[in-house]
Amino acid sequence: MTAYVTVKGLSRVFDVSKPWLNRVLERRGKAFLTAVSEVDLDIEERTTYALVGESGSGKSTIGRMLVGLLRPTGGEVEVEGVNLDRETDRAKVAKVRGDIQMIFQDPYASLNPRWRVRDIIVEPVAVKSGDTEGLAERLLEQVGLHAADAGKFPHEFSGGQRQRICIARALASEPRLIVCDEPTSALDVSVQAQVLNLMSDLKEEFGLTYLLITHDLTVVRHMADRIGVLYLGRLVEEADPTTLFETPKHPYTQMLLNAAPRIDGFGREVDPPQGEIPDPINPPPGCAFHPRCPIARDICRQERPRIRPLGATRVACHLAE
Amino acid sequence: MAELRVETVERAVEKGNWQRFRESDFFYSFKRSPVAIVSFAVVCILVLSAVFAPLIAPTNPFDPASLNLMNGFTPPMEPNAFTGESFFMGTDDQGRDVFSTILYGMRISLFVGAAAVLFAMTLGIVLGLVSGYFGGWTETIIMRIADVQLTFPSILVAMLIFGIAKGFTPVEYRDQMAIWVLILAIGLSDWVQFARVVRGATLVEKRKEYVAAARLIGRSPWAIMVKHILPNALSPVLVIATISLALAIIAEATLSFLGVGAPPTQPSLGTLIRIGQGFLFSGEWWILFFPACTLLALALSVNLLGDWLRDALNPRLR
Amino acid sequence: MTGPVLSIRDLSVEIPTRAGVVKPVDGVSYDIGRGEILGVVGESGAGKSMAGNAVIGLLNPPAHISAGEIWLEGARIDPLQGEAMRRLRGKEIGMVFQDPLTSLNPLLKIGDQLTETILTHLPVSREEAERRAIAALDEVGIPGAAQRIDSYPHEFSGGMRQRVVIALALCAEPSLIIADEPTTALDVSVQAQIIALLRRLCRDRGTAVMLITHDMGVIAEAADRVAVMYAGRLAELGPVREVLTRPQHPYTDGLMASTPLASQARNRLHQIPGSMPRLTDLPDGCAFHPRCPLVQAQCRQNPHPNIGKGRAACWFPLIERAAE
Repeated sequence: MTAYVTVKGLSRVFDVSKPWLNRVLERRGKAFLTAVSEVDLDIEERTTYALVGESGSGKSTIGRMLVGLLRPTGGEVEVEGVNLDRETDRAKVAKVRGDIQMIFQDPYASLNPRWRVRDIIVEPVAVKSGDTEGLAERLLEQVGLHAADAGKFPHEFSGGQRQRICIARALASEPRLIVCDEPTSALDVSVQAQVLNLMSDLKEEFGLTYLLITHDLTVVRHMADRIGVLYLGRLVEEADPTTLFETPKHPYTQMLLNAAPRIDGFGREVDPPQGEIPDPINPPPGCAFHPRCPIARDICRQERPRIRPLGATRVACHLAE
Repeated sequence: MAELRVETVERAVEKGNWQRFRESDFFYSFKRSPVAIVSFAVVCILVLSAVFAPLIAPTNPFDPASLNLMNGFTPPMEPNAFTGESFFMGTDDQGRDVFSTILYGMRISLFVGAAAVLFAMTLGIVLGLVSGYFGGWTETIIMRIADVQLTFPSILVAMLIFGIAKGFTPVEYRDQMAIWVLILAIGLSDWVQFARVVRGATLVEKRKEYVAAARLIGRSPWAIMVKHILPNALSPVLVIATISLALAIIAEATLSFLGVGAPPTQPSLGTLIRIGQGFLFSGEWWILFFPACTLLALALSVNLLGDWLRDALNPRLR
Repeated sequence: MTGPVLSIRDLSVEIPTRAGVVKPVDGVSYDIGRGEILGVVGESGAGKSMAGNAVIGLLNPPAHISAGEIWLEGARIDPLQGEAMRRLRGKEIGMVFQDPLTSLNPLLKIGDQLTETILTHLPVSREEAERRAIAALDEVGIPGAAQRIDSYPHEFSGGMRQRVVIALALCAEPSLIIADEPTTALDVSVQAQIIALLRRLCRDRGTAVMLITHDMGVIAEAADRVAVMYAGRLAELGPVREVLTRPQHPYTDGLMASTPLASQARNRLHQIPGSMPRLTDLPDGCAFHPRCPLVQAQCRQNPHPNIGKGRAACWFPLIERAAE
């Protein structure tokens, strides 16, 4: 099987400097935030690749670069063998872009409140002057809503129903890859189960590939075929769910798995992890995790670990074995 | 996938726009506000009587043939000493029926006010959308110009623009062009508010994910601004437009009162007030009083309507 | 005193709206004992926060308490108004909200905010208050507390800010803390720290805690007892281990089954069909009946069930079904 998406050395730096005048008056230099730093990953066709990480880990930034909402500062993204930033054949790029869709976190902000559901769903097709006759109605039925809902406005729906509408919009242009950015973190548990099941069903039915971006480890375990763990914009570990959850190799993954609350963890006395995520504008030298790492040595403070294969896992840690 | 079907509360039928409006909080709030109903009624009456002035007015005050100098200075509701004719609001020095001149004057006032607001609104929306959506230097330049303009009183800006424009107009077209120059002057002095509000709303809306969704399917910036962002930024624009209308009518009246506005051949309410104040101390109070009252009623009711709109569309301010 | 710290009896909250009066909280009763953490769990719109706000007198008008009683340390507090309620709020009840920034004044040093709170509620000297402020920061695990009292809220990270808020809630030595989604805005690793902190404080000081959250994992790890709410009513109330492992209400059962587990992959998640009804059109009978897999004719006809001898507000609790 060949990789559907190939990401090589992907980086994104944001200029977070204050305005020019403030910089001059306060005698400060420019400030840069490295949101994503040299990430390599492959996504196989018809699989779900999950990116997990806490806030500031760069997981959403990677998703936005993949769909073309942001341009990478470094590295490359190849989808269907087409390098999206270098390819000069516009038609080719447009074709690939059309195969990628996205589902967002906030079901309240991702639907235009002034548009009827029908217009929202068919917009991706209408832009390319495709055939939209009955399309919205068909898609609504497919995501478990009613055809009659097409004439309503978003505010008439609950959060879970809105997320179904978002999924219907994403499906409208018949994509092959859907980037799902925290698709259920704004939803209640029982509704989350409905949406996750729907996503699984649609994946089977349409042969979709998902890039699932989330901070929720339980969702990842349930949905993913392959999991990448991000810390401060760096990919620190990658494995299949069973391997990752049963034998985590990176100290950060171990900490994360240990700290996450469990519904069967009654009165569990966790040894809470130390410290917090460092400032991404001035990340620690060497391994970004070393200030919080229980087993850090000198080399961790000096040299940034490369990601390397280790059994069924890829891990970026000097000491993992 | 039948098990996935979600119950939706109101299934029934697709609601039309009119039905949605009737069931909206907006309409509900209108029905519950006596101030809104009264001011809306006053505005409607004034606007309608201005629009249908030729049908309502007893005389055409600008048709020299219908004027009789003998009718000059007739007090309201009293028969004229020479001709025996009686006028509802009296007549002015040339025997023109004050009531008719008010109806015709309101046409000019309302037309200038509405056109100036429309002009300011269009300019402000475009500049606001562009500066909010693109940011960077475009935004800096537009908003700095706006800041500079805000430091001058808008009536001064209007007078300046009026003066410059008049200088460029050939003498023989001056009276004809006066109305349009007036619209340009008031409109240009008023776009800043619209631009600021639209820019603010654009900054908020463009971060929302529905805009990202539109970008990612390849919508052009213009389509996103006009079809996606603008409809969501219109509520505050509507409020400002209403309040601006009251201000524009007053600004027009002020300019005309100062003699730099509507010419005596096309008198607006402001022109009428200027003419009327000359007779105030000689006892012919009605020539000033009735146009002034009309201007007050018009500006006040539009303004109250605007205040109510602001409350109704911004539940957070209540 | 041996009675419960907080006792809520048949509490109802009403909001008059255009569409009629809605009841976001309807006939809710529970107690919280000394040193106990009661988890209040429910999906959005279940009324869990509204009940907490009613206790501290922070209902936004036109919402108001329409029935029921609230007792704190043996005194009835629901009729209190204005100044008396405000005094009680800082002194007897501490509050921790989801967003720490809403609880802190951005313009004041955190030391001053703590000292002011202590001076308002406790009869101590300024020096003593400052000493206690540092002790409180120390207790919630802020490193270098003596130096950090001169910092402003924005100089702290999210997790540290939430610790400051907890210190602020604790410094007047209240008997009850109401924590409304205290960890929702925090990262997983910081979340665990805050849960551990709340538990330790509760154990050491004997403070009662009302922990309002939607996260079953947080409830399982932190709470002693749990109250499950649905559509403004209590669905189930009991010791956390029993409620979560052997639920008696079909809703709790469905909720647990639809939560994905980190310890094992499930092929397909259980799902409760439909969504929570809007408060403006609650179904007749048991509010859960349209979504209940075990619904019977009685559930539609009878009025909403109360918690009887079992733990669940259900006409046919799961325990009886198992016995049949």
